[in-house]
Amino acid sequence: MALTDLTACEMRQAVLERRLSAREAADACLAAIHRLDTKVKAFLSVAPENARRRAAEIDRRLAAGENVGLLAGIPVAVKDNMCTADGQPTTCASRILGNWRAPYDAHVVQRLTAEGAVIVGKTNLDEFAMGSSTENSAYGATRNPWALDRVPGGSSGGSAAAVAARMVPIALGSDTGGSIRQPAALCGVVGMKPTYGRVSRYGLVAFASSLDQIGPFGRTVADAALLLQATAGHDPRDSTSVPKPVPDYLASLEDPVLPLKIGVPREFFGEGLDPEVGKRVREALAVYERLGARLVEIALPHSTDYAIATYYIVATSEASSNLARYDGVHYGYRSSDHTDMIDMYMRSRAQGFGDEVKRRIMLGTYALSSGYYDAYYKKALAVRRLIRRDFEQAFQEVDCIMGPTSPTPAFCMGERTADPLSMYLSDVYTVSANLAAIAGISIPCGFTAAGLPVGLQIITDVFSEDRLLRIARMYEREADWAQQAPPLAKEAV
Amino acid sequence: MALSAKEVLKVGTLSRIRLTGEEVEKFSLQLSAILEYVDKLRELDTRGVEPLAHALALHNVLRDDEPHAGLTTDQALGGAPESDGDFFRVPRVLDEGASA
Repeated sequence: MALTDLTACEMRQAVLERRLSAREAADACLAAIHRLDTKVKAFLSVAPENARRRAAEIDRRLAAGENVGLLAGIPVAVKDNMCTADGQPTTCASRILGNWRAPYDAHVVQRLTAEGAVIVGKTNLDEFAMGSSTENSAYGATRNPWALDRVPGGSSGGSAAAVAARMVPIALGSDTGGSIRQPAALCGVVGMKPTYGRVSRYGLVAFASSLDQIGPFGRTVADAALLLQATAGHDPRDSTSVPKPVPDYLASLEDPVLPLKIGVPREFFGEGLDPEVGKRVREALAVYERLGARLVEIALPHSTDYAIATYYIVATSEASSNLARYDGVHYGYRSSDHTDMIDMYMRSRAQGFGDEVKRRIMLGTYALSSGYYDAYYKKALAVRRLIRRDFEQAFQEVDCIMGPTSPTPAFCMGERTADPLSMYLSDVYTVSANLAAIAGISIPCGFTAAGLPVGLQIITDVFSEDRLLRIARMYEREADWAQQAPPLAKEAV
Repeated sequence: MALSAKEVLKVGTLSRIRLTGEEVEKFSLQLSAILEYVDKLRELDTRGVEPLAHALALHNVLRDDEPHAGLTTDQALGGAPESDGDFFRVPRVLDEGASA
């Protein structure tokens, strides 16, 4: 067994017991990145010197008997839309940020550092987290470690692929409409979107501020719980972060939630769902039934097509405002040829942004513009309330909601790039949780005949991450898909 | 709802994004398809439904007005494409002859 086969929890135990040094763990991950990432392209930047220096410091502190924190010596990857002041660029996979180096650390990066983690590099994403395939990156697409001709999902495809290929045990992503859960499903790993406000967004480059949320990736539920534990909590610098105590997620993880009433929305099993994905998800539901859970069919009438429509108005409207800051003045790229100030803005943004970002800024600008505001933006906000009500009603009856994370397994590179709407529909089961601010997780629930991973999505009410993780763990204990690694991760170790 | 080439150009200007003729054509088709999809929302009766801008009941968060350290001038200017002393440098905004 290779060091990179260890989960974060196993690594942590080994480091604390001094069976493994932080330096050895870092070296193993850096070697795996070196070996695999020319094929997978999960990382935008790797920081071997920083990582080794940091690991050596953790080892020194361990030897001195100091408290080294929850993630002592564990190598972690961070999606490249989170600010790091370590000298690595923060690119958001966009040309417009150019060579920008953040002058401060995001809250989550400070938390990782305080808990002894070793950040090995920053992962690829769809530009500004806008996309579902990690193909919209100015620095090239990431590939699915299970099938290199397929996408890893997105927008946190780099983090999902890095964990799936065992280049790192855990990684951070961000989820605005499914950007953690969908790539987790397509790459066969665990990915969680916590409740809006559970993790501080300070230092997360803003896309849609009422929807964005940072969350963990791991190969196991326990690893996701560990990383959430280290990053959750109130931060006064993000006024939407909620001052609620963070429970001990790991302490309760092995306690099953019983009795358990599972809501199965009929809308999540309708047209557009790949039959093999539906089959794997129903098998997973049967496992819960066998464990004593009760399945109840529920209705979420506004949470598929209407949710996508709502999302693409709300998210783009917020994006059009947030991305106004890229003006070629304060940071990043400026076009060298221009006639005046306005022309400089327009050329810098034309040359700096990719197509998907342009489309979304324009769509949001249109939805907010005079004459269309009521018809689009206000309408979408009203439907957002209907979506929220659907979930409020559902949670009066059931403890959690389950269904597929993504309607299809990983699709081929280039398959959906020409038709933006077909790409948007990749998020048909995930966007509603963002609009309603509730928590969701995707866990592996098997493979298609072609060997592509399938994800089960579990959704619970706000600030119930402890129960969400326990429910996920119930299934994982019965069907441990995390033991399977993509063939590529096993080659020539 | 379809977006004409003229409307796409106007939205491009409002968005401060210079578009080529080819882009106008492409975005006009793509944005029209997306808006047509979004028009599904019209099927829903939302009379009397209060818009929901934020799904959590968050209130204004206040803190004491106490000075604390922020970015230094050097840090703030560190990523600027062009700076001049303590300032961001931008192309000329006013004409030579314009009075202030």
